[in-house]
Amino acid sequence: MSISSYRRHRTKSSPVEAVAGNGLLHRRALLRRGVILAGAISTAPLGSRTGAAAEPPTDAPLTEAPWSREPGSIIQPYQLPSRFEKNVVRTVSNPTGQPSPSGARTPHHLVNGTITPNGLHFVVVYGGVPDIDPDKHRLLIHGLVKRPLVFTLEALVRYPMVTRVTFLECGGNSAPLFSPQPLQANVQALHGLASCAEWTGVKLSTLLEETGTDPKAKWFIAEGADAPHLTRSVPLKKGLDDAMIALYQNGERLMPANGYPMRLLLPGYEGNMNVKYLRRIKLVEEPAMSFWESKVYTQILPNHKAYQFYLLQEVKSFITQPSPGMTLREPGPYEISGIAYSGAGRISKVMVSADGGRSWADAALQEPVLSKAFTRFRMPWRWDGGAAVLQSRAWDETGNVQPTRAEFVAQRGELKAVPPVAAVLNQHCNAITSWAVDSAGEVKHVYS
Amino acid sequence: MSTAREVIPAVGLALSIAAGAAFAEGPNSGKPIDPADIAAWDITIEPDGAGLPPGAGTPVQGARLYAEQCAQCHGPDGKGGVTGVNAAPLVGSEPITDISAAIKRIANFWPYATTLFDYIRRAMPWQQPMTLANNDVYALTAYILAQNKLIGENDTMNAQTLPRVRMPNRDGFIVRFPEAM
Repeated sequence: MSISSYRRHRTKSSPVEAVAGNGLLHRRALLRRGVILAGAISTAPLGSRTGAAAEPPTDAPLTEAPWSREPGSIIQPYQLPSRFEKNVVRTVSNPTGQPSPSGARTPHHLVNGTITPNGLHFVVVYGGVPDIDPDKHRLLIHGLVKRPLVFTLEALVRYPMVTRVTFLECGGNSAPLFSPQPLQANVQALHGLASCAEWTGVKLSTLLEETGTDPKAKWFIAEGADAPHLTRSVPLKKGLDDAMIALYQNGERLMPANGYPMRLLLPGYEGNMNVKYLRRIKLVEEPAMSFWESKVYTQILPNHKAYQFYLLQEVKSFITQPSPGMTLREPGPYEISGIAYSGAGRISKVMVSADGGRSWADAALQEPVLSKAFTRFRMPWRWDGGAAVLQSRAWDETGNVQPTRAEFVAQRGELKAVPPVAAVLNQHCNAITSWAVDSAGEVKHVYS
Repeated sequence: MSTAREVIPAVGLALSIAAGAAFAEGPNSGKPIDPADIAAWDITIEPDGAGLPPGAGTPVQGARLYAEQCAQCHGPDGKGGVTGVNAAPLVGSEPITDISAAIKRIANFWPYATTLFDYIRRAMPWQQPMTLANNDVYALTAYILAQNKLIGENDTMNAQTLPRVRMPNRDGFIVRFPEAM
C-alpha cells in the first residue's frame, strides 16, 4: 500500500489538533467523551459478539425491558460471565487431546484494561493439565544448598508473601510474524500467547535463606509434577532477584492449567521457564540442558546457529482495538488502544502511527505503569474513511525499542514458506505489527 | 521442624508488615529431608553425566522396546509421519536450511546426548511416563543414537559412555543474554 493512496484529512476545522499524519489527534481528545464514544461503539465486534442487532437501538422509544419488570436470578456461589459474553473465550489448539502440546490463546480484542481474567489466561502444556491434590503436593529444594528442605502448601503459606502484577508470554508468541506473507488472522491468533495477572506467593529468595546456598551454585533447575516432568534451568541470579513461588492468581488460587497449586514465577522471563506444578528446585553449577532448553526453546538464526537461553521477553506492543475482524462502520473519531510490555522493566513510551510508520505520535499510557506488566496505551484518531495503516511501537525504561518488522527480519530472518497460523516455527518475535484499514473499514494484517 | 509450632506469631507478623519486608528469622516451616530420600525425585541428568543411574543398554535391546513402546507414535522407522500424531521424528539429519523449528532433529540439532536419557525417562512413553526401567532407557537411548549413526550398532550406553557421545551440533548455539547469567 503506497503512502500516496491515503486520503488526506483536513484537521483545520477540527477542535482537536492533529499530532501526526492520517488523523492521529492530541491525547486531550480522549477527554472529549462524546466525540470518542461515537466512534468506539460503532466497531463491529460489540454487536456481533452479543448477537444483538448490528445497529444500536438508539432511535427506539425508551421503555421498560423485561429484565426491569421482574426480579432477577438467584446468586451463584462462583459467578461466571453473562451468557451474552459466551464468545469471549480462548482458542484452543488441541481440542481432542492428541499426544502433543496444547495451547490456549487470550482474546485480546475482546477484553480491555491490563489484567487478564483467570479463565482467559493463555496456557501451553506439554502433557495435559494434571489434577493435583494440593494436600499431597510437595516442593523439594535441594542440590547445592546447606540444608535440603521439603515444603507442603500448608508450610509455604506461613511465609511472608509478596504480590505483584506481571505478564507472562510464551517464547512462541507472535510466531506468525515470521511468515514471509502476512497471515490473515486476528490479534488472538497472532499475539494470544501473552497474558497479565496479579500474582501472590513466597519469594524464592525467602526459602533459599532457610536452605542456605553453596557459593558454587550458579543455576537452579525447576521441575514440575506434570506428566512430562517439565524442567528448565534458570540463572540463580534471577532466583535471588524477583523469582516467586506463586500460589494465587488475581486473588484466587492458581488455575489448574496455570500451575495449580504452585508455579515458579520469573517476571519478564520466557513463559516456559515459569515452571508450573512446581515440585522440585535443585541448585547446580551448570544448566541441565533439558529437552525444552536445548531443543524446544531455541531459535534458529539465518546463519543456522541457534539462540539458547534467550531468557527475556523483549519490549513489544500491539494494537488490540481496532484489529483484524473488526469493521469501522463510518468515518469519524475512534480510540486506538493496545498493550505494551517489556521483560526488562517499565514501558517508558508508546508511539502510534496511522500512516504505516511515516509519522508517529505519543500515545497516552494508562496508569499505573508497572515493571514487567501490561501497560494499556490509547490514542485518539479520526478516521477519514480512507486507507490507513495502524502501528504501535514501544520503548522501555532501559532504552530498548521495539523493532520494525524489517529491522527484525534483517536480524532474525523469516520462514521460507507460509506456515499454518497456529504453528510456532520460531520464537521471540517482538516486531511491530501493522493493521491496514481499507475504505470499507475492514481491518487486515499487513507488513508495512 | 523444631520451630514449626512458633507459626502463629509469624502469621500475625506477615499480615501486619508491608509486602516484601523480611523476617529476621523465617518460619522454618520446611521439613529437612535425608539425601537418600531425595533420589526418587532427583531425575535430572546433566551434560557431564551427573545423575546418570547404574545400568546399561544396547541398540539391539532398544529396537525391541522401540517397537513396543514408541513406534505407534514415532513411526516404525523413527521418522514420524503417523497419521493424526504430531510426534517429532527421532531419526534423520537433514541439513538446516531454514530458520524453521520443523527441521530440528536429534542428530542435526541436539547439543548433548545426555538429554535423550533425561527426556525419555521423565516424559516418555507419552501415556505412561516414569515407567521405563533405567536399563530400558539406556537401551532406547542407544537405539535412537545408533539409528542416527551417532554410535555404532553394538555400542553399549551407560553412565560412562553416554556423556562421551559427541553430538554434531554441540557448538551450534549462541547464548542470547550472557550478562543475565
